[in-house]
Amino acid sequence: MINIAVVGLGKMGLSHLSMIRSHPDVDVVAVVDSTRYLLDILHKYTRVPAFGDIETMLASAQPDAMIIATPTRLHAPMVRMALERGVHVFCEKPLCLSAAESEQLVQLAASRDLVTQVGYHNRFVGAFREVHRLVGAEAIGEVTHVLAEAYGPVVLRPRGSTWRSRKSDGGGSLYDYAAHPVDLVTWYLGSPIRAAGTALRSVFSEQTEDQVFATLFFPNGVTGQVSVDWSDESCRKMTTKITVWGTGGRIIADRQECRVYIRDTITPPAGYRLGWNTKYTTELTDATWFYLRGEEYSAQLDHFVRRVAARRTDGMNTFVSAARTDRALELMTRDAAHGLASPGRLDASLSASSLKRHLFRRHS
Amino acid sequence: MSDHVMSADASGVSVVPLPRLLFGDNQFFGINHMSEEKARQQAMRFQDLSAVMEVLDAAYDEGVTSFMCTTHDRVGRICDVVRASPQRYRDFAFLPSMPYAHKYADAVTENGMLGAIRQFLPDSGIVSAAVRGGRSLATKDVEGLIRLLVDAEMAMFRNVRTPVVWLQNVVVDLLLGLKFDDAFVVFNQYVRAQYDAEPGYITMNLPLALDTFERIGLDNPLVCSSINKLGFRMSGGVDAYRDVLENRRFRAVAMSVFASGAIAPDEALEWVCQLPGVESIVFGASSRAHVQATSRLVEEFSA
Repeated sequence: MINIAVVGLGKMGLSHLSMIRSHPDVDVVAVVDSTRYLLDILHKYTRVPAFGDIETMLASAQPDAMIIATPTRLHAPMVRMALERGVHVFCEKPLCLSAAESEQLVQLAASRDLVTQVGYHNRFVGAFREVHRLVGAEAIGEVTHVLAEAYGPVVLRPRGSTWRSRKSDGGGSLYDYAAHPVDLVTWYLGSPIRAAGTALRSVFSEQTEDQVFATLFFPNGVTGQVSVDWSDESCRKMTTKITVWGTGGRIIADRQECRVYIRDTITPPAGYRLGWNTKYTTELTDATWFYLRGEEYSAQLDHFVRRVAARRTDGMNTFVSAARTDRALELMTRDAAHGLASPGRLDASLSASSLKRHLFRRHS
Repeated sequence: MSDHVMSADASGVSVVPLPRLLFGDNQFFGINHMSEEKARQQAMRFQDLSAVMEVLDAAYDEGVTSFMCTTHDRVGRICDVVRASPQRYRDFAFLPSMPYAHKYADAVTENGMLGAIRQFLPDSGIVSAAVRGGRSLATKDVEGLIRLLVDAEMAMFRNVRTPVVWLQNVVVDLLLGLKFDDAFVVFNQYVRAQYDAEPGYITMNLPLALDTFERIGLDNPLVCSSINKLGFRMSGGVDAYRDVLENRRFRAVAMSVFASGAIAPDEALEWVCQLPGVESIVFGASSRAHVQATSRLVEEFSA
């Protein structure tokens, strides 16, 4: 059995707790949160040992591994504390608000030989995993361009009272939402070398961006575009979509299905034919021991548990790969700081000629 | 062969079996587990209440009179229509499934856990008192909270028939994983006492749910879960499901029988109809012809 502590009992923390507590190879030895009444309820009704701070918990419960689901600003100090005590870490995404900090945590974990993972659950979605497999197998030839989109109805009014509405805590659509599609892009294409045309724009939020648009440049001239809007009520829930163009065809994938067009210049992989193919989530998804809100959430925790049991430091969504995504997010933040439409709303008073100058200026 | 379609439970209280077919509502709200494009097309097609009522009327006239629905705001408008014509809809039954999870999830994202409770129960004072006083919630507070949340969700169903009140799967499965057993006990008692309805539980983890319900003494519970030939969204696998259907005492309702369209209708229905102990099947349809086809197949395979 692996002894696990869950830190942070927000929406993600509670759902992780529910899944991991039902895992046959896991004992949940502690939950940690700073909110007394939530802790009391959980302890009273579910008998799980509850702690108000990590220090006390680490000393008393001595977990093998920790799941951290606190506001992003708190990730770095909490992860560091865990790693320094020799505790394996699963941390919610994004890993840190600064790429340098993420890199330090990568080094620390490596020096202690500890298992790390970050909650980019889309990599466990069958359709997105299939995209990775097809790209790797050159099923659409050489990749030329990727479009990564995510839309959803998160912020539809100018209010909000949690950390998610505060930039300094890790709120905002770039780190809290766009991180998902950006992580998929870095999975498929590796690290971008440059970001350009990044617009971080507010629709309703006062302190953070709601829309993220950017172009990413990769080695060998491959490009990626990111289009994210969490103020889009037309989507019932978060909708992530990936489109990949290659010299030999095109892939379009979302959580439900993966559609692939293969040109006759390519020998199709097993199970595929020339022209259009559709693979549905029902055939791309492996069953899990417990289902709460999508197989991918269970699957990522199971992956972590198995890695901890085997002390395998390589695997999916390690700190190394999450740090790559943090670097991409930072490239976009920096680019936006010099860009046209950031911060805030597009300035309506901008004259047509100056707009044109801005739009067509050369990026250095 | 299990005994859970018998007409009496252990205590001798008679159990009214559910109709063989229940009409689901996913198609009306742009929910499709197979294709986001199809989901959007359905959301567009059914954005007017008249389009929804046309299909519901067709189903009703075909004898499918039980509507298993979420507590989406738009269902409130269907209730208005049904309430307004008691003669026309004499046999119409709503089987609401609560809560409408997205509503709460969005509120939690926006205002935090307690902020969300405050938003939905502004007058209850329970949470604000706890937070203000810095004290922990007492047992009776949690029970009270569950009751208030049930009442809030049931408000739209005033004066329409609700013989079953379901607890929705994200909540059931969250509670199962947490081992928050008492919440089921409170829900069970309150739905029976306050709404004179049969409490039902929707879950993606049927074997685990039955273990839990047995442990806390829920006798012959009404449980709805994905049951399909592919094993899609059946945690524990097809064999474990077959085993509990044969050997455990509960009333089974099958949903996702077509695995979101991955199984052909006749093949899917033949498989589920021959399973022992499935009392009811939930299905969605967007036309009278769909409803008729499903009814005919189920009748044929259940004979």
